[in-house]
Amino acid sequence: MSGIGGAGAVPVGDTGLAGGGVDPDQIPPEERGADVEQPAGRVRATLIAIRDGSALTTVLAVVIALVVGAVLIAATNPTVQSTAGYFFARPTDMLSAIGASVGGAYLALLQGGVYDWTQASPLDALQSFGHAIGFATPLIAAGLGIAVGFRSGVFNIGGQGQVLMGAAFAGYVGFTWNGPPIITMLLAVLFGLLGGGLVAGLVGVLKARTGANEVIVTIMLNYVIFYLLDFALSTPLLQAPGSGNPISPPEHPNAVFFSVLPAAYHVNVGFLLVIVGTIACSWLLSRSSIGFKMRAVGENPRAARVAGIEVNRVFTAAMVISGVLVGFAGVYQVLGTTTSGFTSGVDAGIGFNAITVALLGRSRPWGVFWAGILFGVFQAGGYTMQAAQNVDINAVQVVQSVIVLFIAAPPLVRAIFRLPQPGARKVAA
Amino acid sequence: MSTRVAAPVVGSAASRELSYKTPVALGIFAVLALLLLVVFARDGVSTFSFTQAGTVALPNVSLPVRATGIAVTIVAALMTIGAVALIRLRGAVPRWYVAVFTLLLVVGFLAWATAGQRLPIVGLLTGSLALAAPLIFGALGGVVSERVGIVNIAIEGQLLAGAFVSAIIASVTKNLFFGLLGAVVAGTLVSFVLAALSIKYVVNQVIVGVVLNVLMLGLTTFLYETVLVPASSTLNAPPTFANLAIPGLSLIPIIGAVVFDQSVVTYLMIVAVIVVWIGLTRTRWGLRLRAVGEHPQAADTVGINVSRTRFWNVALAGAIVGLGGAYFTLGSVGSFSQNITSGAGYIALAAVIFGRWDPLRASAAGLLFGFASQVANILGIVGSPVPSDILLTLPYVVTIIAVAGLVGRVRGPAAAGRPYVKG
Amino acid sequence: MRLELHGITKAFGALVANDHIDLTVEPGEIHCLLGENGAGKSTLMNILYGLLRADSGEIRLDGTVQHFSGPGDAMRAGIGMVHQHFMLVPVFTVAENVMLGHEQTRGGFLDLPAARARVSEISARFGFDLDPDAVVEDLPVGVQQRVEIVKALSRDAKVLVFDEPTAVLTPQETDELMAIMRQLKGAGTAIVFITHKLREVREVADRITVVRLGKVVGEAEPTASNAELASLMVGRSVELTVQRTPSAGGATGLDVAALTVLDANGQVVVDDVSFAVRRGEILAIAGVQGNGQTELTEALLGLQEDVRGTVTLDGRALTGLSVRRVLEAGVGFVPEDRQEDALVAEFSIAENLMLDRSDGAPFVKGGAVRRRDLETFATATVREFDVRAQGIDTHVGRLSGGNQQKVVLARELSRSLRLFVAAQPTRGLDVGSIEFVHERIVATRDEGVPVIVISTELDEVAALADRIAVMYRGRIVGIVPGDTSRDVLGLMMAGELPDDARTAA
Repeated sequence: MSGIGGAGAVPVGDTGLAGGGVDPDQIPPEERGADVEQPAGRVRATLIAIRDGSALTTVLAVVIALVVGAVLIAATNPTVQSTAGYFFARPTDMLSAIGASVGGAYLALLQGGVYDWTQASPLDALQSFGHAIGFATPLIAAGLGIAVGFRSGVFNIGGQGQVLMGAAFAGYVGFTWNGPPIITMLLAVLFGLLGGGLVAGLVGVLKARTGANEVIVTIMLNYVIFYLLDFALSTPLLQAPGSGNPISPPEHPNAVFFSVLPAAYHVNVGFLLVIVGTIACSWLLSRSSIGFKMRAVGENPRAARVAGIEVNRVFTAAMVISGVLVGFAGVYQVLGTTTSGFTSGVDAGIGFNAITVALLGRSRPWGVFWAGILFGVFQAGGYTMQAAQNVDINAVQVVQSVIVLFIAAPPLVRAIFRLPQPGARKVAA
Repeated sequence: MSTRVAAPVVGSAASRELSYKTPVALGIFAVLALLLLVVFARDGVSTFSFTQAGTVALPNVSLPVRATGIAVTIVAALMTIGAVALIRLRGAVPRWYVAVFTLLLVVGFLAWATAGQRLPIVGLLTGSLALAAPLIFGALGGVVSERVGIVNIAIEGQLLAGAFVSAIIASVTKNLFFGLLGAVVAGTLVSFVLAALSIKYVVNQVIVGVVLNVLMLGLTTFLYETVLVPASSTLNAPPTFANLAIPGLSLIPIIGAVVFDQSVVTYLMIVAVIVVWIGLTRTRWGLRLRAVGEHPQAADTVGINVSRTRFWNVALAGAIVGLGGAYFTLGSVGSFSQNITSGAGYIALAAVIFGRWDPLRASAAGLLFGFASQVANILGIVGSPVPSDILLTLPYVVTIIAVAGLVGRVRGPAAAGRPYVKG
Repeated sequence: MRLELHGITKAFGALVANDHIDLTVEPGEIHCLLGENGAGKSTLMNILYGLLRADSGEIRLDGTVQHFSGPGDAMRAGIGMVHQHFMLVPVFTVAENVMLGHEQTRGGFLDLPAARARVSEISARFGFDLDPDAVVEDLPVGVQQRVEIVKALSRDAKVLVFDEPTAVLTPQETDELMAIMRQLKGAGTAIVFITHKLREVREVADRITVVRLGKVVGEAEPTASNAELASLMVGRSVELTVQRTPSAGGATGLDVAALTVLDANGQVVVDDVSFAVRRGEILAIAGVQGNGQTELTEALLGLQEDVRGTVTLDGRALTGLSVRRVLEAGVGFVPEDRQEDALVAEFSIAENLMLDRSDGAPFVKGGAVRRRDLETFATATVREFDVRAQGIDTHVGRLSGGNQQKVVLARELSRSLRLFVAAQPTRGLDVGSIEFVHERIVATRDEGVPVIVISTELDEVAALADRIAVMYRGRIVGIVPGDTSRDVLGLMMAGELPDDARTAA
């Protein structure tokens, strides 16, 4: 229906010789297959390209993005600007100012996100990395959700809405019910997952029943849920008693994620749950029957349908699983990050950043895990960078999006670094 | 399933069944009217005020809310029955009929929501147009881009870029037109990235769009905090467009103030709507653009360069959206602030789809969405019981309903989102 | 205009699609380019039309060397093309399609009246009945093809290429097209007619050039016999006969009664079809492509939404069942488009072998895939069906068409079947693979399974069928014995049931 869905001939990324104008029939059958991209659903082809990009392009994309970030940091640095005024008289001043600003910023990034060498002991120094894990945890969870969608051929752009819903459901349980430890927490988690799953499930049902394009529906639902949550936060349902602002009451202590390391590391049980989630996703996609069907539908929905796989059901299941995982990011936000009451801004951009994490992780569970860690480092380090070097935290956002733009276009990366294009070695197998 | 070359036309199914979707929809709204306006009727009088400076004074209209609600509900019920009759007799319900019905319910609802209050109609309409202006620019850009075959999720990013750059340029040059030019350039640059990545590097268009939005939000916020905030008086204090009353026409009651006493940007928007509409349907540019978006290979085989057509039209789309961005800074607020567009790009995207990729309908959808937002604002000000958050969901909810096919078939350009790769 | 191609060479990687091809077409001549699917005909024509760039060689028009960087150049030089898959914008009107790319404008606006007049004028010249304001997607296929012709002629094409134009036409429409081609020839147009159908070649060709594996392998006169042309085309005398004993057939296995299928637009695409297939019998369904065969097989599988009538297999109703239930009832299916409908290119051979058994035994237990069992099965099956691949983990997208089809056959035939349906089972395959596939189909029949083979190739129908059902416009024209003559079948494919056709229902 809308412009976004549907199928078509799409060789993406690394495929050199491509469909389009070449009719596969003109090539003798024995030669077919090895080189000629089969007519592919474009979603499928894109996802294949995302999945199969090389590790090298990933690293190079990060390098390019850091260079872009460096340019931003240097160009907006007051010292650099003032020394630029007499660059031709004394270029060393400006060059050293650039070095100082960029070097200072990136060192602060490392200090805040990985290892703080100013701390007394190596163990204390690693507290920075603990912070990074705190930021990484919801990103990994939501990234896994988006990745599961990608692998099944559905674009879940509704991370924001699902995070909000997960947060609202979990938060509601957590501040209304003061039950026993662990059980309260688990119940809150369960409700949060339910919240995310419900939203995504609605999208799945709409797509299965009416063919509504999930990209549009999820984008629109982000806003619907945002406004509904904002509304609910100004009613007695979610609003903290006595508060004039749209904010919920704080969570009960028994609902909150407990720390698994000394408190200074800020690593709580949520991270362990996300590790379990990554293992589960990995098993789901590579070993389970439903995962097999999801991948089959993601790669070739027509063949899946002819093989008796109920494509619409798989789409819906994939959306629900995706929403549950994304919902966990919301749970983490209310039970692990801001436990003192949440607002409609509780998603903190995770919904959209999760898309970039999934892309960077090439939709593979462990890839998403490490991509999430990297972005967590950026986030944690970004705050230190802002505090210590007066570099606005949004520089991190820029670096992250630039990474993903380049990852999506491996030929561009290779062109920048003058690497050979793999499309050139097209030989029949 | 397989390549269906020739589905033979053997015979058509039994005579086309009459669709009762429209009367059903009207009926649902009549029931809602009954619930809200009669069952939960409010007392008091609602005053619709038409006063405005400088024109003929119009009397206020005072509506007794309960009576109005009952009257509206009865008429709505009658019109629903009438719609059934129209389907039986003529097979369809004319569009004006639905429009009248909608207007009636809107009046009933506004009276109900502002019981005991005064509702400034001119302010409502002027404000609607102001809120709609960036949406319409955005929607036009979306239409141009999608009709040529490139899905434009990046409208939000283009709006942000236009708003940011126009604020700086206009502040520095103290010239509004340079500011507009800057917005056009900025929107075009964002489009260049979208076009290059999706056309040359065949990256999925949805992904590029989403990531571009994240990038532009991060970039403009970073530059705003680092560059604009420390020097806000020199870099972020652009002049704003003054209203330019069109002699004579601006004296027409209501319409004069709403449409003919506006800033240059608004006039530019009206011109843009007309130009894009006529251009798409009646010119060589439009024919080729549509051909490329519908069947790129067919266009290619008659000698139209698909990639080039797509690239430059996506660029053009970015330029149009950029103007919408300038509306935020030069047309209204007078300065840039973090995330100033706050999702307008996504509403514009909704307008594109709700308007079925047609420039006129998409602009009308933009107007509708602007109206809904302004109603939310005004009801918030007059202290109505209707929560503004609920009204603000309207654009998104109606778009979901539209793509779910509940109100007629929504069919986009056949090749939108689909990269074209030659052998 | 005289068209000359000299030494055209085009390689895709290691594959040479065109190898020093020479071709000359005189004005007022119909020159047939004859060759099997994949012989390199379309590549050559795409080069001529500027869609592809040749690696070497030159194109001359009236002796002048041409350099085309796109179809625009080719058209300006006077070359027109009627594409196999019509290059028409479905939502545009006839006039808009015809004017696209060389629009006349008046005062900056499209001059639609001029375009309409042009369409009417050319239509009148050839006796077409074209409404310039009709929207193309509403037109029947044969009429759409005329729009393509008008489109080419409106640019004053002096050389006109028809790329497999009859694939989608009925015999009658084909005859009309032949008449149009002769008329064009009479007007001095040079015509290149690409086809792999011998009958058409002999009917209209003035000269015949045969291509095989990217090379010109010979020229022939229209008076040449079918056998001569065919052996040139294929490189050996065509002998598509499988060793098989006649089958008496057992009890009725599949019974289809009054089956009607409506497409998404409510059009009847399969119209009140009834037939039965006995156990141990092959029923071939012949017909021109697009006469409802695809939809019929899809309806049997449960892939069509709007189906009326009944399908009974061994006394059990299949109608209304989901695809999965139909497969579980013992139906094996080889779809006609194997790459789109049968295989997941990015999956390994092993994964493709379990594609239609992704629930329960033998490959899934407790929601998990039993990889060991799958590997054992895949290894054995790959050996049994002689799939040439590095291993069972090879992606099927990397296999040749023949090996891909073997994977599909292996998957379907390794289940215990009560019915086997194969649609266009050998399309695009090399001769060796064709033989293998045919032998397997006959072997399946000999095991006592009822078999349906859908084919548009009469050679294949003749080689396999115990009985032949011919479809035309959604109906079964008649069911005749397997040894029915081609002439009779040809007439039936055009919708006529000759009196002397013995029905074998």
